[in-house]
Amino acid sequence: MVLNGTTRTVSPGSASHPRSRPEAPERRAGLDGGLRNPRGEPEPSFTAPPVTFPFSAIVGQDEMRRALMIAAVDPSVGGVLVFGDRGTGKSTAIRGLAALLPPMKAVIGCPYSCDPAKPAGECPHCSGRTDARRSHLAPVPVVDLPLGATEDRVVGALDLERALTRGEKAFEPGLLARANRGFLYIDEVNLLDDHLVDLLLDVAASGINTVEREGLSVRHPAKFVLVGSGNPEEGELRPQLLDRFGLAVEVTTPTDLPTRIDVVRRRDAYERDPAGFCASYAKADRALQKRLTAARARLSTLDMPDATLEAAARLCLALGTDGLRGELTLMRTARALAAYEGAETVGIDHLRQVAPSALRHRLRRNPLDESGSTARVARAVEEVLGS
Amino acid sequence: MSEGESSAIWADALRVARLVAADPHGCGGVVVRAGAGPVRDRWLDIVRENLNPGKPLRRMPAGIAEDRLIGGLDLAATLVAGRPVAQAGLLAEADGGLLVAAMAERMGQGTAAHLAAALDTGRLRVERDGLAETRPARFGLVLLDEGIGEDEAAPASLTDRLAFHIDLTTVPPSAMRPVLRPPCDSLSPESETPPHGGAPSGHDPVAELSEVAARLGIASLRAPLLALRVARLLARLDGRAETAEADAREAARLVLGHRATRLPEHESAPGGEPEEGEPSPPEQAPPEQREPGPDPEEGTGQASEDRIVEAARAAIPAGLLAMLLRDGPRLRMPRAGKAGAKAVSARSGRPMGARPGDPRRARLDLIATLRAASPWQGLRRRAEGGGTCLMIRPDDIRITRFRQRTETTTIFTVDASGSSALERLAEAKGAVELLLAEAYTRRDKVALVAFRGAGAELVLAPTRSLVRARRGLAALPGGGGTPLAAGIDAAGQLALGVRRGGGTPVVVMLTDGRANVARSGIAGRERAGEDSLKAARLFREADVRAILIDTAQRPQDSARRLAAAMGARYLPLPHADAGAMSAAIRSARE
Repeated sequence: MVLNGTTRTVSPGSASHPRSRPEAPERRAGLDGGLRNPRGEPEPSFTAPPVTFPFSAIVGQDEMRRALMIAAVDPSVGGVLVFGDRGTGKSTAIRGLAALLPPMKAVIGCPYSCDPAKPAGECPHCSGRTDARRSHLAPVPVVDLPLGATEDRVVGALDLERALTRGEKAFEPGLLARANRGFLYIDEVNLLDDHLVDLLLDVAASGINTVEREGLSVRHPAKFVLVGSGNPEEGELRPQLLDRFGLAVEVTTPTDLPTRIDVVRRRDAYERDPAGFCASYAKADRALQKRLTAARARLSTLDMPDATLEAAARLCLALGTDGLRGELTLMRTARALAAYEGAETVGIDHLRQVAPSALRHRLRRNPLDESGSTARVARAVEEVLGS
Repeated sequence: MSEGESSAIWADALRVARLVAADPHGCGGVVVRAGAGPVRDRWLDIVRENLNPGKPLRRMPAGIAEDRLIGGLDLAATLVAGRPVAQAGLLAEADGGLLVAAMAERMGQGTAAHLAAALDTGRLRVERDGLAETRPARFGLVLLDEGIGEDEAAPASLTDRLAFHIDLTTVPPSAMRPVLRPPCDSLSPESETPPHGGAPSGHDPVAELSEVAARLGIASLRAPLLALRVARLLARLDGRAETAEADAREAARLVLGHRATRLPEHESAPGGEPEEGEPSPPEQAPPEQREPGPDPEEGTGQASEDRIVEAARAAIPAGLLAMLLRDGPRLRMPRAGKAGAKAVSARSGRPMGARPGDPRRARLDLIATLRAASPWQGLRRRAEGGGTCLMIRPDDIRITRFRQRTETTTIFTVDASGSSALERLAEAKGAVELLLAEAYTRRDKVALVAFRGAGAELVLAPTRSLVRARRGLAALPGGGGTPLAAGIDAAGQLALGVRRGGGTPVVVMLTDGRANVARSGIAGRERAGEDSLKAARLFREADVRAILIDTAQRPQDSARRLAAAMGARYLPLPHADAGAMSAAIRSARE
């Protein structure tokens, strides 16, 4: 639970990468201005430190952290939407997650980071070649979709430089290509331009990005976990986009004083000594990473008893969620949580824990009861699953 | 305002100017609420004088275009160089210095979001026009806010990120005179400066400022963090390594005071009891806020927090103080009528940029189209051997997008029960007809919901058609019970539907507020009253502008309470006729 940290694009945050990112030297000199402490040394600069606030150092916000971990364990859950007040650490958590993800195997040179173990299928880079595809360990991409991004950069377009200098017609992959097999993070998702939303809806549903522009015709894989964050006061989200997110969590500013002090203290410590602060949480971050890897391995072997399946169905029935999507997400989420917690079977208790995040944005819309959707889920959970 | 007060405000403004110039990005920046004039200009000059030479101070106009703000392709240079050349936007150009945003109260959400992202991360990511780059953008923001009244203010997403807020509206030019040239030591508090490097005994700025923020009812955690940074900055400017209590006090005054949403409990006397005479209602100080007070650090710690609270309290604006005393805690309500009031339209309104599209369904943006086509001309000529003519492809075509104020839909929600005498219904019908006639010139729509007997019904879906409206109205029957809750629910649902469709709903409710049918449809005054208040609170959550017209012959408390619960404006009109009613609605809506 912290305030926003650094921007992170394609995450360098794997074990093989050092976490620090060098800053241009002239920038440092310029920034400190006249501020020097009594020993005559320049003070460490206040903000935008070269590292990311560690995920494990986030105070509270258990539901958000759990939802992000679940999406990391099982990407098929379908993305996470984080809605909440300003300054509740939404962006920080997502950027911290990027630093935590274990690296993945990817085909060398493939702009879509294809998995060497899987058939190339839609990939224009890998499907054409017969030679053995060599692979390397690469960090899981966590791609930022900044506000104001233009369509050509999102879907990819004709490579301007090559076209201008060499007269070649080449496809330059965009952000969706970079996000393949990783995460696509949209801050202020509710402020996204309408035509970009349409585009994302289509790609998020199909996992394939189809580019038909400037005389190009390209299809490439674009399977990613959509992570959105925003402040509901600044605009509502279109229901269709809402539906694309598997989990929805609400974050609020903590109100009890000790937690608040803890948040400010950690953030302050981080701002004063980013590297030292991250080092002190490196062990906790590594432990989380191990747990994540173990959970992924356990996912396929987990036992889903009939009683749990039935309970999930009854819960969705009681809430009147539309279609099967809610039920499916609920079960996948519960399974991922069970794996993460190291359980043998998926139990009722797992359902109970994930039901609010998996279902609260899928209730049949009673527009006036919007604020009470969390309470409605909680009531149904109590009625159907017992307390 | 006395001369002493305005020169005190001016002295604070000078401190803020120095602080923000010393560490623009660390402080986030400052909201300057003032009209254009010599005072504001002088203040900006002082900021500029204090800013390190070589640090930029850039001015940002109100309606800045996105490509200028965050940068993009430099067309001229691209054509000359034969390869894409990036052009820095204003945000990157302000790196290390200050960005002064004029008319911040008119700033759009998109611009605000860009600024907020840069303030958070200190860098700017650009993904446009075939470019992908990250530039440093560690600037501080000065929002010049010329707003008048509560509703007109700089975007909250930005003000939350800026440490300071100064209000120069009441400062006359004469107040500037004594301190025109700020003394260099104006930052160290004059009389009460503790010995240098003094008294770190038990002084914990993090805990103190966090607690002070909590006691002032400040929800955002950015506030104590910014206050902490300012306290550290004050200490550093004073040449000390550690913050002293005086720094925390000063920071609380400058950073936390203006954010207060409630009055701190009166300085906790040893027992911590609030004073008897305080007119604040008991719920103003929730128990969990008071509990942590005594326990973290007894004695001196508590006393120092009290002193800091007092310092911040002194900075709470006078108007707010009066309002808090009167109304209790200010509800954190989204501002009314903003979200739905603007929408993107294909054909009319204020232009807001171009995007690729089909000119048959929207207006062609010729300049943007030529811009998009020009880098390719050389290539296309080479490929297709055209002469000197421009070669434009369908992909180049850009259309203009417009933003326009959306039409208003007035939803009349009429109590058609027996208790609301039948004549009321006739008056409501008359008002609807009058407004409808206006709608032709105003682009407004009108809808009619009636509730009577066991429930509510939509008599007239949003329409502009006078004929249909007359027909619907004529057929409206009266009599039966008063299912108020059902009526409020129906109005709210319709209003949200209108908003989703891009319109701006205004609910006009005509009732005497005396419900006697519960949501379940069962008669019973008590249950019905509870239900209607519950429905009203839900309605308030939806944040729809509303007017409640009390139609009772003698206005009563029930309707007034209902209006308060709905967040609606209350108009008692015991004898209003159709003309008076429609005039009142018009004035309330504007």
